[in-house]
Amino acid sequence: MAALYDREDGAPPAPPPHAAGAVDAYDPNYVPDSVKTFVVHLYRHIRDKNVYEIHQMYEGGFQRLSDRLFRDAPWPSAEAVSPYCDGDHVFLLLYRELWYRHAHARLSPLTAAHRAESWTNYCDLFSVVLHGVVNMQLPNQWLWDMVDEFVYQFQSFCQYRAKLKNKTEDELQQLKQFDKAWNVYGVLNYLQALVEKSMITQILEREKEGLEQFTATDGYDYEGGSNVLKMLGYYSMIGLLRIHCLLGDYHTGLKCLAPIDLNQQGVYTIVIGSHISTIYHYGFANLMMRRYVDAIREFNKILLYILKYKQYHQKSPQYDQILKKNEQMYALLAVCLSLCPQNKLIDENVSTQLKEKYGDKMTKMQRYDDEAYAAYDELFSYACPKFITPSPPVLDQPLTNYNQDAYRLQLKLFLYEVKQQQLLSGIRSYLKLYSTITITKLAQYMEVDEATLRSILMTYKHKMHAVDSDGKIVSSADFDFYIVEDIIHVVESKPTKRHGDYFLRQILKFEEMIGELEKVQLD
Amino acid sequence: MATEQATENYTVEDLVALNPYNPDILNDLEKFVNEQVSSQTYNLDANLSLLRLYQFEPERMSEQIVARILIKALMAMPGPDFSLCLFLIPEHVQMKEQFKTLIVLSHYLEFWDEAAKNRNILEVVPGFEQAIQAYAVHVLSLTYQKVPRPILAEAINIEGLSLDKFLEYHAANSGWIIEKGAQSQVIVLPRNEVNHPELKKNAADTVPFEHITRIFPVLS
Repeated sequence: MAALYDREDGAPPAPPPHAAGAVDAYDPNYVPDSVKTFVVHLYRHIRDKNVYEIHQMYEGGFQRLSDRLFRDAPWPSAEAVSPYCDGDHVFLLLYRELWYRHAHARLSPLTAAHRAESWTNYCDLFSVVLHGVVNMQLPNQWLWDMVDEFVYQFQSFCQYRAKLKNKTEDELQQLKQFDKAWNVYGVLNYLQALVEKSMITQILEREKEGLEQFTATDGYDYEGGSNVLKMLGYYSMIGLLRIHCLLGDYHTGLKCLAPIDLNQQGVYTIVIGSHISTIYHYGFANLMMRRYVDAIREFNKILLYILKYKQYHQKSPQYDQILKKNEQMYALLAVCLSLCPQNKLIDENVSTQLKEKYGDKMTKMQRYDDEAYAAYDELFSYACPKFITPSPPVLDQPLTNYNQDAYRLQLKLFLYEVKQQQLLSGIRSYLKLYSTITITKLAQYMEVDEATLRSILMTYKHKMHAVDSDGKIVSSADFDFYIVEDIIHVVESKPTKRHGDYFLRQILKFEEMIGELEKVQLD
Repeated sequence: MATEQATENYTVEDLVALNPYNPDILNDLEKFVNEQVSSQTYNLDANLSLLRLYQFEPERMSEQIVARILIKALMAMPGPDFSLCLFLIPEHVQMKEQFKTLIVLSHYLEFWDEAAKNRNILEVVPGFEQAIQAYAVHVLSLTYQKVPRPILAEAINIEGLSLDKFLEYHAANSGWIIEKGAQSQVIVLPRNEVNHPELKKNAADTVPFEHITRIFPVLS
């Protein structure tokens, strides 16, 4: 099932001409035979804890039936399928989760009532999980999609209710009626509760000390227990990172992710959607915090990974999303590298792709004019998360759209930062010509007085040196300088050849090749 | 009654750690900001939690508190705190005069002229001058190996006898060396990787351990 987290809310696809008829004809109580079989089998596999079969039905079966029977109509209601799963309460909550997810992906327009019902279903489902009465073992893919979809539907609801201008009386009435749905406190507290109740932070701590297995079993429980709470807690950390990014709270977002060590092999990489979401938001948060080096390093790693493995996901319902996020991360990488030219951190293959996609834009961004500024604007707007305003609308004032407010604020602050760095351009182009130069002489060339020049030089240091997460000072400049009394000494960092890294990469490549050769059987 | 006593025993940090997404702690967090101002302490996480609550319930926002949070964040430079706070403050609030001033302060180092013009905003926060002086010293030491006395004086806004005392203090505590120059005293600032690039370890041929671990399976 696709985690369609980036569907454009702005332009819902026009329903095909016969869609209206199909919806009218939709009878929530009619259950086709194929659906009966589907429900019966899925229910049985869940009871048997047969993760493999559940996964097949979830990724394959559900998708196929949706394509065949429910292209633009909802699935049968939960009440109607209830007889085929002994009316099992938890199973029906799961069924409804799929039902609303399918509705969010395919039905348009989606009413506030639908959205509110989906919210209630998530509340019920998570409450059951939090009370520890769930004894199932579900595929990681499904559990990740649950958290991801929960955050997506919250984001989508915030966008929906912020577009007040063209709402009908009826729609406004519904917004008033369901004003408790997708409340930001509720959303955050559910995720937070899942993290805490699952004890996932402690589990990861204990794993470091060798007292517990988590990564080795991919989070599954092979001793008769359930993986549901544990994995929902784990994925909720990534969900919280995403929500905080949507709110512009990058520091808190990264703090929520902190228990997961990105340098180690981790469960977050098993489901590709989770892997990409983690790195995309991690990188974006670091970009906004001016920690470009951290962002570049992780973007490089995941882009290389996608380059290598995307072929295996071609048939997956997530494939389009993978490609989209891939493109967005190249755009963000182009931005990072333009602000902080650290090309030595980039793998050759990623570098080639980057040049192909954004070579022109990057040349533009290196300049210091309006066109450069426009390129930054364009790439940021294309690649940033869909920021949200979390507060509910005020419905008794003249109705305006405020769904773009949060995006505009983040864009403005980002571009302001870019502009600041561009102001230092003059000094860069001069300094690059010299190895030493006196303050007096440079001031003459630049036609400013000495005091102003000294303050520009200090501003350069102020802007080009950030503090990293360990409190260490890191420079994002491609060249630097220092002053001894009245003489400026320019230090250009030469591109260094990283032989060690090169050999490491080649060793791994070679090993992989040998492995593949060994698999070849000659008849 | 028992619960009331229990909450009194919690510090604000505990409350934030316990439940960061709780609208009921808004007033406590506001009080905590004022406490940070008067006791010259600082807690970024608590302040971000408060800005977040303002974001969720804009009608409860106090501009005075926001201004105080921003000034405290400015004092935390070179940390990124100031922009972290700014990301959470709605644009129409940022357009107000007092906030515009603070934003200018955060981008340029010409603090003292701007600060002099805005005494009324900054004076409420004790320790502001010292914090900005400390930051100016930080940037100076990234920029200069040796800095002429008048330049230093201007950057930290101290002159004459007080500057002598300041220099004396840093000579004794931070390893500054005061030399006689041609026109004025010259201060030799402590060496670091930025003002003495030769100190920078040649990172080119060191491979981080976690990269090596990747080939362990091959080696075994």
